Amino acid sequence: MTEQGTGADVLLEVRGLEVHFPIRDGILFDRQVGAVKAVDGVDLDVVRGTTFGLVGESGCGKSTLGRAILRLVEPTAGVVKLDGVDIASLKGEALRSARRRMQMVFQDPMASLDPRQSIQSIISEPLRAHGMADDKAVMQARVRELLDIVGLPTNAGSRYPHEFSGGQRQRIGIARAIAVNPELVIADEPVSALDVSIQAQVLNLLEELQAELGLTYLVIAHDLAVVRHIAENVGVMYLGVLVETASSDELYARPLHPYTISLMSAVPIPDPVIEDSRQRILLTGDLPSPANPPAGCRFHTRCPFRQETRCDDERPALREVLPGHQVACHYAEDVLAGRIGPGEPG
Amino acid sequence: MALLEVDDLRVTFGGRDRADVRAVDGVSFSVDAGQTIGLVGESGCGKSVTSLAIMGLLPSTGVRVAGSVSFDGQELLTMTTDEMRDIRGRDITMVFQDPMTSLNPVITIGLQVTEVLSRHRGMDKSDARAEAASLLRRVGIPDPDRRLKDYPHQLSGGMRQRALIAMALACQPRVMIADEPTTALDVTIQAQILDLLKQLTEETGAALIMITHDLGVVAGLCDRVNVMYSGRIVESAPRRELFADPRHPYTHGLLASIPRLDHPRGTPLTPIPGSPRDVLPWAQGCAFSPRCSQPVDSCVQQAPALGPIGTSGVHDLRCHHPVAERVLEEQR
Repeated sequence: MTEQGTGADVLLEVRGLEVHFPIRDGILFDRQVGAVKAVDGVDLDVVRGTTFGLVGESGCGKSTLGRAILRLVEPTAGVVKLDGVDIASLKGEALRSARRRMQMVFQDPMASLDPRQSIQSIISEPLRAHGMADDKAVMQARVRELLDIVGLPTNAGSRYPHEFSGGQRQRIGIARAIAVNPELVIADEPVSALDVSIQAQVLNLLEELQAELGLTYLVIAHDLAVVRHIAENVGVMYLGVLVETASSDELYARPLHPYTISLMSAVPIPDPVIEDSRQRILLTGDLPSPANPPAGCRFHTRCPFRQETRCDDERPALREVLPGHQVACHYAEDVLAGRIGPGEPG
Repeated sequence: MALLEVDDLRVTFGGRDRADVRAVDGVSFSVDAGQTIGLVGESGCGKSVTSLAIMGLLPSTGVRVAGSVSFDGQELLTMTTDEMRDIRGRDITMVFQDPMTSLNPVITIGLQVTEVLSRHRGMDKSDARAEAASLLRRVGIPDPDRRLKDYPHQLSGGMRQRALIAMALACQPRVMIADEPTTALDVTIQAQILDLLKQLTEETGAALIMITHDLGVVAGLCDRVNVMYSGRIVESAPRRELFADPRHPYTHGLLASIPRLDHPRGTPLTPIPGSPRDVLPWAQGCAFSPRCSQPVDSCVQQAPALGPIGTSGVHDLRCHHPVAERVLEEQR
C-alpha cells in the first residue's frame, strides 16, 4: 500500500507546512498589513499504527496544524502527504475519498455533536457522506456495531446527545470518527473537557481501538502527562514551529530545548514528596504575538538559558542532536552536557 | 478556635415546582491563619457552591443555606447584606476561575482595583491610584502605571488573573478563597500563579482555601486536603498522608486514573467506571457506591459517617470498606 519506501512505514508526512492568516486593514483599499503566522514551517512524520503527540500551550498553532493537515483550513505553503499522495493536489472526488481516510475527534463533546440529531444520525452521517450507507439495514447494523465498539449500549441510537454524560458524548464523537474505517485519526484535546475520573476511560478506549483497528493517531493536547501516556513520539510546539521532537520516553528522560525543560518543570505531579523536592523553572512573561514573533530564536524573550546575541539574532533550525531526537536550539549540546543552566532571564 | 470554621454547611436548591437538590450536604472544615487547605472534587461535587455560601454570594431566592460559617467568632450566615458587604472584599476575598468573565470589560483595571480601596479602606483618588499601582507591581504585572489605564481585553489571561489576585489582596484579607484560579491558564502561567499565591500567603499570613479538580495543584500547595463527592467530604488528611495513603476508594481511584508525567509510557490507567452523575442519594447509602470498586452490603443500606481512621488522629474518612492500608514499600 505504501509508495514510500523509507525504513519506517510513514503514513503521514508533513513538510514545510505554513498557515498564515492575513491581517487586513484600510477603509477604501483592502490591504494586507501583516500575517498571523499560526503555523510557520513544520515538518513531521507519523509512522503507521503509532501515535504522535503534539504538545504546546494555547496559541502555539497546534490545533491549526491539525486542521491544516485535514485541509479544514487551507495551508499557505507546504506539503501534506498521506501514504505518499500530496493532499493539496487533490480535488473533488479524489479529495473526498482521501478525507474518508483521515477523521477527527474534537475537544468539546457538547459543541461538536448537533443537539437535534439522534445518535444514529450523528454516527451515520460520515457513512452517508461517503456513500457507505445506501442500505438502511446495513447502516443500522453498522451503527450498533460502532456503539458496541466504543462501549455504549447498542440501543443508544435513538437517543439524543443531551441524554449522555461528557465521557459518553466523547465516545459518540469517537464512534463517528471511526465509522468510515479511517487510517489516520486526529484527536484535538480529546480529554481536556472531561472530568478527571472520566479521562482515563477515554484514553484507554483510544488505545484499545488503536490495537484493534490498527489506527494511526495524531493527538493534540496541552497536557504533557496525557501525551506522555498515549504517544510513542512527541513534538513540542512554540509559536508556530516545532522546537523539539523525540520518542516519548527519550523526551521525558532528556528534554533538551529550554522551553520543553520549563514546560515539564511546570507540570504539577500529584505527589507531595516529589512536589516538595522539585526544582521549578518559572518562565517570565507571556507568549509573544504570533503576528510579530521575536527575531532570532522565537523563545529567546522568555528563555532562562538565553546566551548573549546569538539567540537574539539567529533563528535556530530543528536539527538532530541525538539519534531520533531533534532540537531547535543553538545550545542543545551545552544543555545536554550541563554546561549552561537556567539563569536569571535577561 | 480557628479563623474560619464551616460547620455542617448545607445548601439546597429548590423551587415551588422543582424537586430539591442538595448541592452541599453537611460540609465541615476549618482553616487557620497562614494555612492553606484544599477542596478537591469533580464537577458537581459542591465545591464551588461551598465557597459561594461562605461568601454569601448565593441568590436569596430558590436557595436554602443552613449550618454555620463563623469567621473570627462572628456568624456569617445570619448577617445582614450590609454587614456581609463590609466583610466580603475586606476580610474574606475571592479569586474566580475565569478572569475574563469576572472582570468588568468596560471599566479599566485601575478603576476596578481602586474601587475596592475606596470602598473598604476609604482612600481618596490619588492614594488609591498609587496603592493600586503598587498592588499590581506586587503580583508581578510589569509597567503597572500604564496597565491601570488598560481594559481587561488588553491583558493576557495570566495578567488578568494577576489583576484579580491584586484586587483580592487590596485590603489585606485574612481569608482568600481561590476557585479553580489556574484552570483557564496555560501550564507555565499556572506555575507562576501558584508560586505567587504561595508566596503571598507566606508573606501576609492569610488563610487560603484552594478549590480545584486538579490533584497535582493541591499536592504542592495545601497543608490539608478535603476530597468531596456529591456534596460531602469523603476524605480529609494532611496532603502527604492523603497522597501516600489514600483510604477512600474514590481518592484512590482518582490517583490511579491520572496519567503522570513521571510515569513511563504504558503505565496502565485504571479509570473509575461510570460518571459523576451516577450517584446514590446519601439518604439511601454511600453516594459513591455505584462506581465503587469494592462495595459491601452496608454501602447501599446506610450512609457512612465521617470519622477518624488510623493512628495519626488527623485522617478522616467516610467509608464502610476502606482501601487497605498501603505497605510503605509499595509507594516507591
